[in-house]
Amino acid sequence: MAQDEMIELVIIGGSSGSLDALLKILPKLRADFTIPIVIVMHRNISSDSMLEEVLASRTILKVVEAEEKETVTSGYIYIAPPDYHLLIEKDHTISLDYSEKVNYSRPSIDVSFESAADVYREKLACIILSGANADGTKGIVYAKSVGSKIIIQDTKEAIVPFMPEHAIAHTSSDNVLSIAGIISFLNAL
Amino acid sequence: MTSIAGKIEWEEFENLLVDITDQYGYDFSQYSKASLQRRILSFYLKGRFTSYKDFKNRLFSDANFFMYFVEEVTVNVTEMFRDPHFYKVLREKILPILSTYPFIRIWHAGCSTGEEVYSMAIMLKEANILHKSLLYATDLNPTVVESAKSGIFKVSSMQQYSENYINSGGQKDFSTYYRANYNLAKFDEELTSRMVFSTHNLVSDSSFNEFQLILCRNVLIYFEKKLQSRVLELFDKSLDNLGFLALGSKESIKFSSIASLYVPFDAKEKIWRKMK
Repeated sequence: MAQDEMIELVIIGGSSGSLDALLKILPKLRADFTIPIVIVMHRNISSDSMLEEVLASRTILKVVEAEEKETVTSGYIYIAPPDYHLLIEKDHTISLDYSEKVNYSRPSIDVSFESAADVYREKLACIILSGANADGTKGIVYAKSVGSKIIIQDTKEAIVPFMPEHAIAHTSSDNVLSIAGIISFLNAL
Repeated sequence: MTSIAGKIEWEEFENLLVDITDQYGYDFSQYSKASLQRRILSFYLKGRFTSYKDFKNRLFSDANFFMYFVEEVTVNVTEMFRDPHFYKVLREKILPILSTYPFIRIWHAGCSTGEEVYSMAIMLKEANILHKSLLYATDLNPTVVESAKSGIFKVSSMQQYSENYINSGGQKDFSTYYRANYNLAKFDEELTSRMVFSTHNLVSDSSFNEFQLILCRNVLIYFEKKLQSRVLELFDKSLDNLGFLALGSKESIKFSSIASLYVPFDAKEKIWRKMK
């Protein structure tokens, strides 16, 4: 796993059903997990704000809604704020963007994955979880092409399998992991 | 070799920004790069140029094409009464204060196609203070300023805007503010008559008046820190004592040089008041 030792950012994208997966994964991360994590989840604008609290209650890592110009820092889990795209700058700061929706989504997983992959390349791990739309596929295909590590949730375990199925159809099935597999992968970083 | 989404080299991108400043005077060098790069790349790919060189030739030989480029790479997404609760705070807490002034000047900086300016004018009218208000609406982009000036919007957006209006505390029938004709809605000229439209570039232009309220929502997020500071200082110079500054939901004056002169008026809705 030599190349995986270099991972400097983990970015996770999901939509419907992905909260369930996150709530299983986050509590199982080892206590000294220091690689920053960015979570890009499609969420309802009107029923927001609870997400940070729900996730924070399941992990000892610090969970925050990402602020613009914030430097991505070890020990933090950043949640993309509702209704903004989240991008990563070359200096590892976060940019927010209120431009057109992509794949009917803002934040769009494609936008975040492509931007993170441009900066981190082989030092990035992208994870696609459960969801009901095709967002994330283009991003994960691009991330793979620049050497990022990509992981797709096993569709058998995904509450809504469309998003991981779509990602597998455009990449390959050798990147598929179960929830337990994702946990072991992360803990081995 | 590093490039943007495998298409344009980083260095080429940086040179492009320098060349644009040199030839056209638009300085994008202090814009947040990730977002700008994504938009330039998407413009480039959509245009189906035979090569990057071909794209550059067109950009630097055709000023109209360049203005179209500016329109496309800057973000012009906006809506009327966007974030209704923000407008509710303006309506219920700020307009009553402004109404005590003999004359009210408001600046919408980065107004885009004008949706927020019309929203404000509607609230001023409902507070019976539109007649003594002037709304200055500026953007770097002449095309969107012209569009804002026309007061014409898509009818298809009206249902959403009407919902936003009601959620902001509006009590009238929203459709009384415009006349629909086929797929277009033209807003009341009474609203437009209190608006002053102009191009203004926050990167390079200076203060041009004093205001009691400045709104600049979701513009600073596209700027790097240094440029954000410059713009906030420009707003400070343009704001009366006890004036209000309203930013976007993810923007802040915290950590800026003007922070000590302001107190949060409504922290959640990102509204500050100048207290010198």
